[in-house]
Amino acid sequence: MSIAEKVREAPAAVEAAPRRKRVTDEHGRSVRVWELALRYLLLIAVLALTVGPFVWQLSTSLKGPTEDIFSSPPKFLPGEPTLHNYERVAETIPVWDYAFNSLKVATANVVTNCVGSALAGYALARLRYRGRKVTTLVFILAMLVPVEGIIIAQFTTMRELGLNNTLIGVVLPGCIGAMNVLLMRNAFLNLPYEIEEAAYVDGANVWQRFLRIALPSVKGTLAVVAIFAFMGAWDDFLWPLIVLSDPDKFTLTIGLNYLHGTFANDERLVAAGTIIAVAPLIALFACLQRYFFRGVGEGAVKG
Amino acid sequence: MASSSSTAAPGTASHGAGTGRVRRQLPTSPWLFAAPGLLVVGIFILYPFVSTLVNAFTDRRTLIPGEFVGLANFRELLHDEMFWIGLRNSTLYVLGVVPALVLLPLLLALLVQKNIPGIAFFRSAFYTPVVASIVVVGLIWVWLLDERGLVNSLLETIGVGRVGFLSDQWLLLLSAMAVTVWKGLGYYMIIYLAALANVPRELHEAASVDGAGAFRRFLTVTVPAVRSTMVLVGALSSVAAFKVFSEVYLMAGPDGGPAGEDTTLVMLVQRTGTGLTGRVGYASAISVVVFVVTVALMLLVLRADRKEDA
Repeated sequence: MSIAEKVREAPAAVEAAPRRKRVTDEHGRSVRVWELALRYLLLIAVLALTVGPFVWQLSTSLKGPTEDIFSSPPKFLPGEPTLHNYERVAETIPVWDYAFNSLKVATANVVTNCVGSALAGYALARLRYRGRKVTTLVFILAMLVPVEGIIIAQFTTMRELGLNNTLIGVVLPGCIGAMNVLLMRNAFLNLPYEIEEAAYVDGANVWQRFLRIALPSVKGTLAVVAIFAFMGAWDDFLWPLIVLSDPDKFTLTIGLNYLHGTFANDERLVAAGTIIAVAPLIALFACLQRYFFRGVGEGAVKG
Repeated sequence: MASSSSTAAPGTASHGAGTGRVRRQLPTSPWLFAAPGLLVVGIFILYPFVSTLVNAFTDRRTLIPGEFVGLANFRELLHDEMFWIGLRNSTLYVLGVVPALVLLPLLLALLVQKNIPGIAFFRSAFYTPVVASIVVVGLIWVWLLDERGLVNSLLETIGVGRVGFLSDQWLLLLSAMAVTVWKGLGYYMIIYLAALANVPRELHEAASVDGAGAFRRFLTVTVPAVRSTMVLVGALSSVAAFKVFSEVYLMAGPDGGPAGEDTTLVMLVQRTGTGLTGRVGYASAISVVVFVVTVALMLLVLRADRKEDA
């Protein structure tokens, strides 16, 4: 409804050409009304396709044990919404412990990636030392290594360190991503050098220049690194699947896979579990969209 | 990379500018800055990479160090039916997913490019699948495509009848590809949006004046203007598609279906190399194949790009 109203508002907003049956966009290009209508129709169709599945999952998770979830034609809304499935999923697997494990892993990943990649990125961008080019090359090479191809060796390395089947083992391989280091390097390179130069003239040492001048200027990129580190750790599947064997230490994604394998016949439970796993990230995304989008651009173009 | 090295130039120039002071930087501090990153990347990325290459020529197992066996693992691969199934499925995955991920997000980006009311909401909404874990996405679609799930209910309602999306070997692979495309749409849409923002408006207007319709303008203005981005998306998505694991693992099960007919290469690596009896050496040999094909795919995409240039 609100969209339809907005469409109707749009022509009124354009005062420049009130007589023509045309609206113009912000660049002054004309938009025909039927074209606009078609656009919204397509947008709503794609919306149903992209968000619909999440809504259906939410709806399934809220349906009671007596409600038919297989009906045809399907019933989109739960008859009597209930949170019963969320209680039951917690009785079936320790879902809140798993969520806490995921939170621990994700938080650690954020901290290490922000600190580690800011430090290394600053060294690559601003500090002059023998071997800087080689260091940069090392990070570029590391970024190009396909992680899926080295998981077995990562696992044996973890065993050698005695860290397999621990949450630390889950975090370590990605705790300072090469891509993040290079992102931070680019961010530092894009800062005007003159400010730091001035601080240098004023006698500021390298740590002061890094912490007081450079770092505050790249907060945006740092936020991108933080968000993608959180999302990467929270969503990761293959590596924790390999390194964790003890159900006590499962992260949420591994726990969900376990739930699906064991209780696949109860779709309501699996649905409740997936909603628990996805809700925090959707909330995070809703609050910090800007940085999510920015990260895609920086990661794809510069990385 | 060329631009970044030139950006570094002002720093070099500052030397010449001569501040009249002696540099008092501690010689160890640059390494202190880079050390944590170098350590992590060295121990957990580069060392495992090298050790994968070495292990591929040994019969190492999880608990047995193993010995050098030359090309034995690779010879065994040639006669391993499961390897060929995995190679076939991963290759099909690239062929199925990449064209869709190069084209559909571009169309989607064109759809959300114009700043009409409410468009920010749509852009964000289309990005939602990117944010969700692949496990969540996989399980959502397992339920949607279930024999008794929503898609089949709808198909039955409109009279098509139920389809065994997850029981037929080929339909399952196709469904998994659709899920990959569905999850990737929003991500590549954002990449294309950034590229489209740099397309000069005048080009479109000139084409419009010349009487080119929307489709003609798409082919003659939009596509050439974002071609380098299309190549980038092609490279990124083909490498990702060849390494597919989670979607198929979740939809077909850990064994890739009753007879493993939906196994992908990375699934085979995971299945062969893990566990107490894991054949680390053999799994490493499969990984080497994954590396080689990944690099080949990159070169292929980049070459295709250069050929079009000529």
